[in-house]
Amino acid sequence: MSEKTSLLFCAQLCRHERLEEINLPILLLMHYTGDPKYLRCRSMKTTGPSGRKRPLSGNEAIALGAWEAGVRYAAAYPGTPSTEIMPALAQYAGVRAEWAANEKVALDAAVGASFAGARALAAMKHVGVNVASDSLMTLSYTGVGAGLVLVSADDPGAFSSQNEQDNRHYARFGKFPCLEPADSQEAKDFTVAAFELSEQFDTPVMLRSTTRLSHSKSAVEVKMPTAPREPGPLPPFERKPRKYVMIPAHARLRHPEIEARLQALAEYAETYPLNRVEWGDKRVGVISSGVAYQYAREVFDGFSFLKLGMSYPLPVGMIRGFAAEVETLVVVEELDAFIEEQVRALGLEVMGKQFFPATGELTLARVREGALKAGLPVREQSQALGSGSREEPETLKLEIPPRPPALCPGCPHRSVYFNLRKRKMLVAGDIGCYAIGVLPPFEEMDMLISMGASIGMAHGAGQAGCPDKIVATIGDSTFFHSGLPELANTIYNRGVACTMILDNGTTAMTGGQDNPATGVTLQGETTQMINIESVVRAMGIEDLWVVDALDVNGVEKAMKEATAIEDRPTVIIVSGACVFTPQFQRRPVVEVDTETCNGCGFCFRVGCPAILKSDEIGEKTQRPKAQVDPLLCTGCTVCLQVCPRTAIHQTSEEET
Amino acid sequence: MKQDINFLFVGVGGQGILTASDIAAEVGLEAGYDAKKSEVHGFSQRGGVVESHVRWGEAVAAPLSEKGTVDYLVATELLEAARWIDWLRPGGAALINNQRILPMSVTVGDAVYPPDEDILTVVHVRTENVTVIEGLATAERLGNPRLANTVLLGALSTRLDVPPETWLSVVERRVPSRYVDLNREAFWEGRHAVGKV
Repeated sequence: MSEKTSLLFCAQLCRHERLEEINLPILLLMHYTGDPKYLRCRSMKTTGPSGRKRPLSGNEAIALGAWEAGVRYAAAYPGTPSTEIMPALAQYAGVRAEWAANEKVALDAAVGASFAGARALAAMKHVGVNVASDSLMTLSYTGVGAGLVLVSADDPGAFSSQNEQDNRHYARFGKFPCLEPADSQEAKDFTVAAFELSEQFDTPVMLRSTTRLSHSKSAVEVKMPTAPREPGPLPPFERKPRKYVMIPAHARLRHPEIEARLQALAEYAETYPLNRVEWGDKRVGVISSGVAYQYAREVFDGFSFLKLGMSYPLPVGMIRGFAAEVETLVVVEELDAFIEEQVRALGLEVMGKQFFPATGELTLARVREGALKAGLPVREQSQALGSGSREEPETLKLEIPPRPPALCPGCPHRSVYFNLRKRKMLVAGDIGCYAIGVLPPFEEMDMLISMGASIGMAHGAGQAGCPDKIVATIGDSTFFHSGLPELANTIYNRGVACTMILDNGTTAMTGGQDNPATGVTLQGETTQMINIESVVRAMGIEDLWVVDALDVNGVEKAMKEATAIEDRPTVIIVSGACVFTPQFQRRPVVEVDTETCNGCGFCFRVGCPAILKSDEIGEKTQRPKAQVDPLLCTGCTVCLQVCPRTAIHQTSEEET
Repeated sequence: MKQDINFLFVGVGGQGILTASDIAAEVGLEAGYDAKKSEVHGFSQRGGVVESHVRWGEAVAAPLSEKGTVDYLVATELLEAARWIDWLRPGGAALINNQRILPMSVTVGDAVYPPDEDILTVVHVRTENVTVIEGLATAERLGNPRLANTVLLGALSTRLDVPPETWLSVVERRVPSRYVDLNREAFWEGRHAVGKV
């Protein structure tokens, strides 16, 4: 089997059509060992050299590390930048990997697996840890059975998140260790180390990644295990109620043990090989961790470094020793002054956040700027480039139009936000692609804070007496994540808000993962498809509409009827497949009859990237007429339905 | 000692930037460099701007290049070339696919897409080393618009001291088998476009 065929096979395995989403580890294992025993599907055969360094993303490397460490159970809720870990793990033999309904469920399931004696991993984005934190804080008390690793993928710069919180604080808050890899090789190695640390100290371990680690690729040495892992049956559950059953009496007994564990971990950190000193010029000593280390390494080229692989608890003696040797002590870390404050608490003089920003992602430029501002002896960028004499040219002023994200052509959310805007509703939004509804041309979202919150916010605003008509919009995956208890709350408390569940049949924003409403598991098995309508009806909602997302008038009619009801809660399920799902059906493209179009611009309000302004100007309106890009158009006909002059027509099948 | 080389791939979500930059990173490793590649997924991908950094060197630390230090700016879209031109080091090479993709801000009439001449003027202020490639036209002639990036990679390959076979072996690994021949052709078209065989 050639590598290309392996790729195709992987593509089928992942159910991804786009090659860039294929997870490389499994391919590597097959290709470089020529041994199919590492795969679920045992009929595969490959040949090729072994022991090569290959580029892996941080997420792929974490999955590989977990597999090398013998993880048996893993669960996650999709969330950028953590999403790719679980699909990568799902392909390895001997691992049960699942999409959980939410992050707390993912962690809870991992806890159960760990207590049962299986190494377990839960992965989530930074804000997902907030959801899981209830269990996490007490998991610290119980400790683990077999090793348990929690991957927290933070998002400095909030590229794809509602905030940029620094989750290292959880380690301190919960009194468990935090490892911070700085590249893909470390991501793999530290994952293995995290499992060992977890068992050695009977503690959950947080492996903290960031966007720049998870979504960067760097070379990883893929070492082949000598024999494939054949996970035998687990031994019978070892009952330890004083350890695993956290009633108050037991919790009080566990707490001193947790304090002692932290003490032991801090001592261990002093000689832990993941913390290392790199001596150089001692005029400056830099303490750093994670990807920040990589920027600092380039900017403070040649100076001394204390590179912390474990950023909590800190090796206090090591830090004191390092500080004593260097003239100026600097901490370079992304987001909060987490290490810096602890170093300062030791009574050491240290430079940090007064020069390096606590907001946003660090970059080479920001680290360099901070270092220069601090008067540290680093080189200017031009010197670093070795082109100091070259003058920076002046940039010509050119208005460059922004390119905000837009709903895809054919997106089932389009009719919803078009109508919400038309009806001037107050909208409580949620986390998903439909957050694009806040951007032009819809600008129709008034609140959004976290997963599932739309329903609660709409309820609270209504109960408090907000005079506006308020609607909550929430996706199918988000509904199962945390929308269920919010809707139960609305019903229980005699709320009157209208909830629109936008069921596009997938977890779209993160790249199309399955969820409890799709009928397929992460391992590709067919499973019970939980019907949202039945769930809502079972909760007692009688005023329920199920409408086709591509029927613009149907959506509006349901909206009108539902919001006319003022004394009880209503639900509208707007059903239409995401364009990236196999269920989506492309139809013949539409075209504009330029004779009939008068440039009224109504179709531009549906915010479709396939509808363009033509060069032709409508005589009456003096505005540009519409045209449709046939390459982008999916034939959803939303524009056709809103055109007041019926100037847009669907082409026949033959023409496409 | 391998020289440091910074690449920045820019374009619009859906254009295949991630695959193109993946290939560049992998070619670097194949050619004996250390290499890193970094990009952002998620929200920004829905028709938004996509940027992907690739760095080759003896030992690459930071996954991102610094503004003003990029040696090769590879833009799969015209406007994006102008948006990112400041990242190129003065005199660095700009390879630009001659394709316009209108942002929503333009289609809804809030902004104007600048004329090609203005975009190229801005680019030329930064560097004289500009190559505009008819990537899409070439790709369409070959029968598949998605080949445009391979045309661009072909053109890029002429600037680097790595044999074309190394590039092609990675390209072949990364594309479906039924498209290998077409991609080969597109790659050579890219090389011919800049006068190299």
